[in-house]
Amino acid sequence: MTPLLEVRNLKKHFPVRGGLLRRVVAQVRAVDGVSFSLAAGQTLGLVGESGCGKSTLGRAILQLQRPTSGEVLLDGTELTTLDPRGLHAMRRSMQIIFQDPYASLSPRRTVAQTIREPLEVHGIGTPAERERRVEELLGVVGMRTAVMDRYPHEFSGGQRQRIGIARALALDPKLIVADEPVSALDVSVRAQVLNLIARLQREMGIAFLFISHDLSVVEHVSDRVGVMYLGRIVEMAPAQELYRQPRHPYTEALLSAVPVPDPTRKARRIVLGGDVPSPMNPPPGCPFHLRCPKVMETCRSVTPPVVEVGTSGASHQVACHLHA
Amino acid sequence: MSGEPILSVRDLVVEFRTEHGTVRAVDRVSFDVFPNETVGLVGESGCGKTVTGLAILGLIPNPPGRIASGSIRLAGRELVGLPEGELRKLRGREMAMIFQEPMTALNPVFTIGSQMIDILRRYKGLSRGQARAAAIELLAKVGIPAPAQRIDEYPHQLSGGMRQRVVIAMALSCDPKLIVADEPTTALDVTTQAQVLEQIVRLQQEFRMAMILVTHDLGVVAETCQRALVMYCGRVAEKADIAPLFAHPRHPYTAGLLQSLPRVGQQAHQDLPVIPGMVPDLLDLPAGCRFAERCARRDARCDRELPELDGEADSPSRVACFHPL
Repeated sequence: MTPLLEVRNLKKHFPVRGGLLRRVVAQVRAVDGVSFSLAAGQTLGLVGESGCGKSTLGRAILQLQRPTSGEVLLDGTELTTLDPRGLHAMRRSMQIIFQDPYASLSPRRTVAQTIREPLEVHGIGTPAERERRVEELLGVVGMRTAVMDRYPHEFSGGQRQRIGIARALALDPKLIVADEPVSALDVSVRAQVLNLIARLQREMGIAFLFISHDLSVVEHVSDRVGVMYLGRIVEMAPAQELYRQPRHPYTEALLSAVPVPDPTRKARRIVLGGDVPSPMNPPPGCPFHLRCPKVMETCRSVTPPVVEVGTSGASHQVACHLHA
Repeated sequence: MSGEPILSVRDLVVEFRTEHGTVRAVDRVSFDVFPNETVGLVGESGCGKTVTGLAILGLIPNPPGRIASGSIRLAGRELVGLPEGELRKLRGREMAMIFQEPMTALNPVFTIGSQMIDILRRYKGLSRGQARAAAIELLAKVGIPAPAQRIDEYPHQLSGGMRQRVVIAMALSCDPKLIVADEPTTALDVTTQAQVLEQIVRLQQEFRMAMILVTHDLGVVAETCQRALVMYCGRVAEKADIAPLFAHPRHPYTAGLLQSLPRVGQQAHQDLPVIPGMVPDLLDLPAGCRFAERCARRDARCDRELPELDGEADSPSRVACFHPL
């Protein structure tokens, strides 16, 4: 079965200009060689700390930021080389949900205008059909149609995120990139939105790339999880396997650092020293070796290859010399 | 808990005037904090946890806000009604605050050393040389590597985690009796958060300080606090020691919050239990229990009457609910 989304050796580097002539003096390697595939109707979670490149990866896949190199195939169509018209047509199949429900909706558009816009841009349906579609979408995300003529400032964060989700659903996309969709929401509202996303996936068969810094949220929604560090995926496995048997020392440390809401479970915490190095000047060898508690000599000079360590039949990949 | 509380808050009411009327952000909140303990103030946005912390430090912006009634006693001394000049003397020496965003407390145009030395000279009367040595020692205590070099750097040269450590070092510099930490690790990444929390717990024990930790994160509360107050809509819904609070929450809101958390290692792909609806508008509060319309245990009395905390003022576990679990 061909996957819905296939990403091959994707890179996104941002030039850093400096000096009198504004010449390129360095490159920020935000995404530095990422490969994975995602089947229709599945959710891939991407976790990592700020600056690891997870959001840039999401945008590079959607071609919101054109990648520096590599390939992105959606339903077999290579996106990185598409002309603007071809890309416009493909955008029907891929949508994004943003983190900040306060910044991602236009304050001057009513709910109905916001949700209808993608239909208008792509010339779908008659005005009456669009109206019906908006009503239907509001129902799907659990909002009453009475809110159609209201403006975003009249809603709470959770409701705004529902409006953003309704807009993303308008074109029946096959893939949704959800970039920290619940991070700005309060705990009690977060669970409502997470359940909504899970239900949409079950009922509509949409594939999600779910980007978050919150490991417990990612585990809850994902079939597979990829862990990013300095622009690369250092480990990728089925969600439960990754959480039960992390193989990469960074994944282990990340999991152990999550505060657990259970005072009886005193965590055996792996506290990492130092900070994430700058993606402008990544260290040679393994990107994690400066902070790794299990660092070996080879890690300092040789980039670890991605190896398959899966035992349960499902793929479990890790880029670490301990397993090479 | 030993002896006298260092901080005693009684029936604290904080109001803000808005365009649409007066909002009661904190409504008759009472609690004590004893030396050498960390008390959590937990709740969602708008529950009054931050305003409570600011009120203790005398930092409620007036206008639009004011402490309408109630008492805040620090080591026996009443703070409510104290003139600003007196409060300023207490801030730094007796009590200090750590904010979520470290850059709100750091001046970008001075080195961290000059900012710390300033404080130490002014409050402790040290000479420049002594203050510098003390600052380096404090930076080492909060886990900043190579403090003798780092002290001459500017805030922008440090990472977020390092900046927050500097702020903690500054807060500690005058041996305050009480520290109010408002979401001190919320802006940090998980691995950095783990480092900073570990540091905070260690320092709190070493300096035998009292600390109030304001946070929305129940995980952080479970790992750092001995006791906690769960707040909802400006009121205390429940207060208890940490172990019973997490094992047997009594307020339906606390129970709902705990259940709605996705947890690492929990069975995935099942719907999370949710608290339906949303927090009521503080300008348009129901007459009865503020949680009633989201509560499964609600009856007619909940709509009519506002529940008060049960039991004695000094009992370890109290809940404001007519039908606790």
